[in-house]
Amino acid sequence: MRHLLSAGDLTLDEATLVLDTAKELAQVGGRSVKKLPTLRGRTVVNLFYEDSTRTRISFEAAAKRMSADVINFSAKGSSVSKGESLKDTALTLQAMGADGVVIRHSASGAAHRLAEWVDGAVVNAGDGTHEHPTQALLDAYTIRERMGRLDGLRVAVVGDIRHSRVARSNVLLLNTLGAEVTLVAPPTLLPVSVRTWPCSVSYDLDEVLPKSDVVMMLRVQAERMNAAFFPTAREYSRRYGLDGDRFARMPDHAIVMHPGPMIRGMEISAEVADSPRSTIVEQVANGVSVRMAVLYLLLSGSGSGTGN
Amino acid sequence: MHARKHADDGSQSRAVLEGPEIDRALTRIAHEVLERTKGGADITLLGIRTGGVPLARRLAERIEQVENRSIPWGALDITMYRDDLRLAPARAVGRTEIPAEGVDGRVVVLVDDVLFSGRTVRAALDALNDLGRPRAVQLAVLVDRGHRELPIRADYVGKNLPTSVRENVTVRLQELDGHDAVLIGPARPRAGRAPEETATGGTGTEADR
Amino acid sequence: MTNTTHLIRDARILGGERADILLRGGRIEAIGPGLAADGAQVVDAAGAVALPGLVDLHTHLREPGREDAETVATGSRSAAMGGYTAVFAMANTDPVADTAGVVEQVWRLGREAGHCDVHPVGAVTRGLGGEHLAELGAMADSAAGVRVFSDDGMCVSDALLMRRALEYVKAFDGVVAQHAQEPRLTEGAQMNEGVVSDRLGLAGWPAVAEEAVIARDCLLAEHVGSRLHICHVSTKGSVQIIRWAKSRGCDVTAEVTPHHLLLTDDLAESYDPIYKVNPPLRTAEDVEALREGLADGTIDVVATDHAPHPSEAKETEWCHAAMGMLGLETALSVVQHTMVDTGLLDWAGVARRMSETPARIGRLTGQGRPLAVGEPANVTLYDTSAERVVDAAAMASKSMNSPFNGMTLPGRVAATFLRGVPTVLDGKIQ
Repeated sequence: MRHLLSAGDLTLDEATLVLDTAKELAQVGGRSVKKLPTLRGRTVVNLFYEDSTRTRISFEAAAKRMSADVINFSAKGSSVSKGESLKDTALTLQAMGADGVVIRHSASGAAHRLAEWVDGAVVNAGDGTHEHPTQALLDAYTIRERMGRLDGLRVAVVGDIRHSRVARSNVLLLNTLGAEVTLVAPPTLLPVSVRTWPCSVSYDLDEVLPKSDVVMMLRVQAERMNAAFFPTAREYSRRYGLDGDRFARMPDHAIVMHPGPMIRGMEISAEVADSPRSTIVEQVANGVSVRMAVLYLLLSGSGSGTGN
Repeated sequence: MHARKHADDGSQSRAVLEGPEIDRALTRIAHEVLERTKGGADITLLGIRTGGVPLARRLAERIEQVENRSIPWGALDITMYRDDLRLAPARAVGRTEIPAEGVDGRVVVLVDDVLFSGRTVRAALDALNDLGRPRAVQLAVLVDRGHRELPIRADYVGKNLPTSVRENVTVRLQELDGHDAVLIGPARPRAGRAPEETATGGTGTEADR
Repeated sequence: MTNTTHLIRDARILGGERADILLRGGRIEAIGPGLAADGAQVVDAAGAVALPGLVDLHTHLREPGREDAETVATGSRSAAMGGYTAVFAMANTDPVADTAGVVEQVWRLGREAGHCDVHPVGAVTRGLGGEHLAELGAMADSAAGVRVFSDDGMCVSDALLMRRALEYVKAFDGVVAQHAQEPRLTEGAQMNEGVVSDRLGLAGWPAVAEEAVIARDCLLAEHVGSRLHICHVSTKGSVQIIRWAKSRGCDVTAEVTPHHLLLTDDLAESYDPIYKVNPPLRTAEDVEALREGLADGTIDVVATDHAPHPSEAKETEWCHAAMGMLGLETALSVVQHTMVDTGLLDWAGVARRMSETPARIGRLTGQGRPLAVGEPANVTLYDTSAERVVDAAAMASKSMNSPFNGMTLPGRVAATFLRGVPTVLDGKIQ
């Protein structure tokens, strides 16, 4: 593994190694010294073209717990906002000797492009409407911690699938890990070729809920509401929101996930979000462990980084 | 986690310690520990993954038999503290298991199968430092084969084994390999092998590089 | 220029019989075996195929406005290197070619460069805005004598405006060349909508957005009895609709680009915008239908849609990159590879689709003529047995955005003659 660009690049063994490694590294968070010397002398650049405080902080905490030097490079207040191209920025990072670059960008494929221009390892922290592989890894980790396994689990992913990088990465990764994924959305929010994806599709949340071990609610972005993907937020919420009634129809063991930030009321009601069967808070903690594992596997060995 | 390698099963390897000798060595070490720690009132045994862990458990059992009380023991994974991570592909991380007593104020006896360059022990001391502040740290090894690269020495040694750097020492343990033995043989005949690869094999094979 | 007499030895006329061709005074003076001519410069064709000089109905020369990407001089040199003796320069320049002044400027620049005839295309609507007709008649009456009108890059999506344009240009035998793209269905579109775009998370450009406009415009053209030309047809459905329209008697012609005859949308998996183009690369099924359509005459011509862009417009994120690819210097090789070497077309068929028909659609009288005695001496010699690795950096174009860069393609343009004057000899610009 040289970069982490797509969840689909991970084999079952590789994905399992990331989760197992994350499990061991999670212990560090409970120690008095929350730090490992492993990546001492390595430089990780957080290259964030989109505001995403939670993802950036998660990667930053992960890198720092591994003793890497972290440089935060955000679009605001840097040469990026003055029109410097991604390629020129990449060459700058290269000259600075970045061993790893974590990139968040509004353009699908930005991480792939960056990987062609820098020698260091590139971690895709969300590229446009393409993928967000570390989110899928932390989701898988969270499911495995709660349910004890992934193989054969029935996972429903509900919401704006078409524009969701979280959905794309989750479908690929959960399929690799043996879970059975069902996408639930109005047809307007599903990709046209969704039937070729390795998952099932339904337009009816009520039909899917009782048969789900995990229900993953996705964010519906405000701009979709004005683009005729659905008539009104109220109608969306009525058909695809997870309220108390629907929650009650889920199996007792089933859990509710959300990648955050969530719109309480529309996608998920407050009582569901705050229920003990909601994993929303532990997803954040698990994010640090999973990102530590990814940075460790990409940056610690001989096949990675800039070498010296 | 590690695939266990048996690359040196070849006829050129010879056993320098067999099961009963290993048993006797461990029993002796157990008594030495008790003697040196004046009854071992606050000792904790930590085996260094992978080969040190079964040895730590066996030592704990022997001390328990003598003292008739339970001796805390655990496992220490030093992967994240190795000084040679960049010399090989990323390694799988093992589990560190610290007994409930913790390490603060304890006399921690690190246990490993082979003492060679001393680098594993150096990493273990670093790992231990991040876990807490023991009152003292001691080191027990089944085999000391010499060729230290760091100022480190063992407090308890099962057997001193003079070797050539080019030779290969392998410790087999019942719990991991199905039988107990310490084997010595020529360096594995793989052409062009980088020296650090010697260290990446299974239990006890030059384990402390 | 002093010697305007050339004797081409041993050419295969349209890939058929071997003959010598004598060019004198801008005309073909003789064709036959064993010709002799005192004082003529002899060009040994060594069995190369002789074609009438190629005519490109769809070229972007970028001047005025984007001289960093291409100029009339560099673009027409690129055309000559590709075997072209005439190109139609699209109107989406800055300022837009929507007045007699701009089209005459482009026309004059072409004459000054002298590498091939440059015929400006006039914009259909003012500023390509899609709201008001440009002064089509003034452009037609200008020195440039514009006959082809197009908002290429933008679709004339307003049905009423399209109807008016189709009707209006009848007064001077013009033709509207439509860039068929329903704008609402393609807002933010990045690539062909389908399995690949869904996987890559790139906004889709559905085939229906092209096909719906083509169907509408064919019906409109039929209704008002006008000529209609469809630019860069890219989908199987479009081919079927055009075939149906022609069977009804609609006076529609259509073009396909070399890249749509060869490349498919899965190339976008690299996220390298060298493969970003409008209309986008489609699926293998579409490519097959386009080849069939070109072979059976549903699609009339091959046009390059040569679209130069500076490297910074391509060395970027996909969605920020410019659309378009170079085409002039690889068109004939791609057509040989996809149509001739596959047995779908012979060289006479290539001559019809890359010279005769485009000249006829553009109402050029001195181009696209047969290789016959007395005709203008516009001749391209093409060595079909050569093989080359495409090197975008070595092209005559000012830009390097060729999707064929690094590919091995057959054939090489050995020489191009424009009215008897060599613009390319031995594969080198003159």
